[in-house]
Amino acid sequence: MFKARIVASALFAACLTAISASAETLRWGSNRDIVSLDPYSYGDSFTINVLNNVYEGLVRYNRDLKIEPALATSWQVMSDTVWRFKLREGVKFHNGDPFTADDVIASLTRVSDPASPLKGNLPAYKSAKKIDDHTVDIELNGAYPLLLNDLTNIHIFSKKWLVENHAEKPTDVGAGVEGYATTHANGTGPFMLESRQPDAKTVFVRNPNWWDKPQHDLDRIEFIPIASAATRVAALLSGEVDFIDDTPVQDLPRLEAAPNVKLLQRADIRTIMLGLNRRDTLVGGAKNPFNDLRVRQALQDSINLTLLRDRVMRGKSRIAGTMVAPEIPGYSAELDKPAPYDPEEAKKLLAEAGYPNGFEFSFVCANDRYVNEEQLCQAIASMWARIGLKPKLDVGPRSVQTPKFTNGKADVYTLGWATEPMLDSYSLLLQVLHTKTGNAGVFNWGGWSYPELDKMIDQAGVMLDREKRLDLQIKALKLAKDQVLMIPLHQQPMVWATTADVKEMPQFPDNKPRLWYVRK
Amino acid sequence: MLVFLVKRIFNAAVVMLAVAAMAFLIFRFVGDPVEMMVNEQTTQAQRDQLREHLGLNDSVFVQFERFVVNAAHGDFGISYRNQRPVSELIAERFPATLELVLVATILSLLIGIPLGVVTAIHRGTWYSETLQFGSILGVSLPSFVVGIMLILTFSVTLGWAPAFGRGDVVHIGWWSTGFLTRSGRASLILPSLSLALFQITLVMRLVRAEMLETMRMDFIKFARARGVPARRVQFRHALRNCLMPVITMTGMQFGNLIAFALITETVFQWPGMGLLFMQAITFVDIPVMAAYLCIVSFIFVAINTLVDITYAVIDPRLRHQGH
Repeated sequence: MFKARIVASALFAACLTAISASAETLRWGSNRDIVSLDPYSYGDSFTINVLNNVYEGLVRYNRDLKIEPALATSWQVMSDTVWRFKLREGVKFHNGDPFTADDVIASLTRVSDPASPLKGNLPAYKSAKKIDDHTVDIELNGAYPLLLNDLTNIHIFSKKWLVENHAEKPTDVGAGVEGYATTHANGTGPFMLESRQPDAKTVFVRNPNWWDKPQHDLDRIEFIPIASAATRVAALLSGEVDFIDDTPVQDLPRLEAAPNVKLLQRADIRTIMLGLNRRDTLVGGAKNPFNDLRVRQALQDSINLTLLRDRVMRGKSRIAGTMVAPEIPGYSAELDKPAPYDPEEAKKLLAEAGYPNGFEFSFVCANDRYVNEEQLCQAIASMWARIGLKPKLDVGPRSVQTPKFTNGKADVYTLGWATEPMLDSYSLLLQVLHTKTGNAGVFNWGGWSYPELDKMIDQAGVMLDREKRLDLQIKALKLAKDQVLMIPLHQQPMVWATTADVKEMPQFPDNKPRLWYVRK
Repeated sequence: MLVFLVKRIFNAAVVMLAVAAMAFLIFRFVGDPVEMMVNEQTTQAQRDQLREHLGLNDSVFVQFERFVVNAAHGDFGISYRNQRPVSELIAERFPATLELVLVATILSLLIGIPLGVVTAIHRGTWYSETLQFGSILGVSLPSFVVGIMLILTFSVTLGWAPAFGRGDVVHIGWWSTGFLTRSGRASLILPSLSLALFQITLVMRLVRAEMLETMRMDFIKFARARGVPARRVQFRHALRNCLMPVITMTGMQFGNLIAFALITETVFQWPGMGLLFMQAITFVDIPVMAAYLCIVSFIFVAINTLVDITYAVIDPRLRHQGH
């Protein structure tokens, strides 16, 4: 009897261990918290990506960042301005509500509400119409080739759930409207929200009723923001988290030496560039020398990109000759040849342009946006000083520097562009290189205008034929390169680190962990 | 007494108004919240519209007036970044900070007082000189360095205590406490030690100085002459007379600890008010910054007032001078 009890309890204990061993938890130590549980509350790519574990769009990116069906199974372009989407049947939200056309329409209405900070993510949207329970027509305000790219980031809510909780409208800080969806979540995705404590821990658990066959083997995700980089690395080394993104480059040797840590590194798709003031006068009031192509070339030729890569970026970055990364549609290897480092030529060009003794200008950088940005700017400033230029370096936090950028108070500035969220070079052309008009050129902080370039971009924006569109975009990028509109520097390194327990963690060039592919 | 109280409360209100006014003057230089709120694809027109909608185009005076009027109604607005009412956010974070500061204060007294007594009594011995020297380090080391060193030693190398966070918490009404769970208590060790270190050395040096002073007093000599045991003289007679200034200083420092906990909270990812404030600075979250500054200044004013009232109760002269 006594023996039997021991055997029974040993068996019971064995079962317990077996259960706990198969329940895989991934603890993700992230450099920042998500803003809210509502993907529409704040224009933040990071939050949208984390919430993608819970919410899904009509389409999604696969492992190769190609668009594939998600909540829509197929689509058809009916006319220049109408797209018809067939929706997946049998999908259920986490609370059990069935997924239908009404949910799509309610979500699109919510995201395009005038108060929605995310409506810029769906610029071409005009209206949506229900054809039947599983068919929706989306009407656009013009021909637009990149609708699918945009839709990857528009998460679908349950209409019934929104209505029941009075959250049909997005939150509105100005009008004091808060929302149920800020603190609750109900999507169709591979994981369901279990709990959330802001700045401490957000827990997701496996959705057993997910419509897709899971490629992951996780039962639970603990999302843990740890803002301090040193603490984040320490937490990984002590095994308190399994995965960290945004690993500081200077900690790599230590992590490489640690026995239980795996490093995942590659170049990001974010291209770091320098932009130049192109208004009539410099910020200081003097006549603007940057309007002379030779001066711009001199600036470019005097930057030693190899040295920047090897010293500032510790050999981890990828030198860029063009303004988009190889993974981005519109990239061309032919354009991706960096200007050779030639300080003598640069001096000659400056002298020819009438500035043999250089000139003074402001060089504005932030210190909390890109990898080692402050050191990068210091290195470039000293390279320019070597050919006689007098850059006045101004480094500060992003929140303080951004108004200088947007108000044209910077003669030379840094800008990193990943073509988020559409992942197409059209994003760079429209937002950064186009003349500042209406929707276009919001990040044209230098204030230049090339009508010929604008024409090509505008044509590409309505060209539904993909090949022809990319041809146009490459031509536009060539013009921008020839005119030295921006000086591309590199694609910055991105380093993720996991403990040895994590078997599979696909690393995406857009620096977004997609946890539904993770095996532990 | 009533007149005295009314005066103090009026003073407190003036101080808080002044802090809020200064805060709003500074907010013009902390950056543009709109650029932090929108994403890449937002058009210029949408950005301008949002700025107008948030009332950021109004003059500093109008913004300040709006804040004061709303705050007087108990409404601190909605956080730009967290999209939730600021009062709710702060109420959620306050327990974490208070528990941390409480534990740090208790630690500083438990460790600081005995150390102070020991170094005073055994003045000149090698260990009290070492402690004296060590206390200089404690005062001069920046708290983020202390925090990282504690993490590297006790989490990474020894694996004794968690490196970050608050562990599991138990909710009692709106209050959340880490005292009731094992992981909650374990998580408190490193951050509270890191926060307390400065305070420990302060208490130790204060107790030491007071002890040296008291030990020279006549009543100690008489006690000795009467043959009272040395330990009893030191701890019962001398130490008691040293505690008044220690208690006063601990009270005054409590506000300081709440305000400066933000560095410790950042290093240890402690989800308290300090972490919320750091996040608010990064994202130019003006409603949160304004409310935080007001609350911290309120805590300072409240503690000061309490101390003044205590003095007034103890010392009637203060009351009659019409202070």
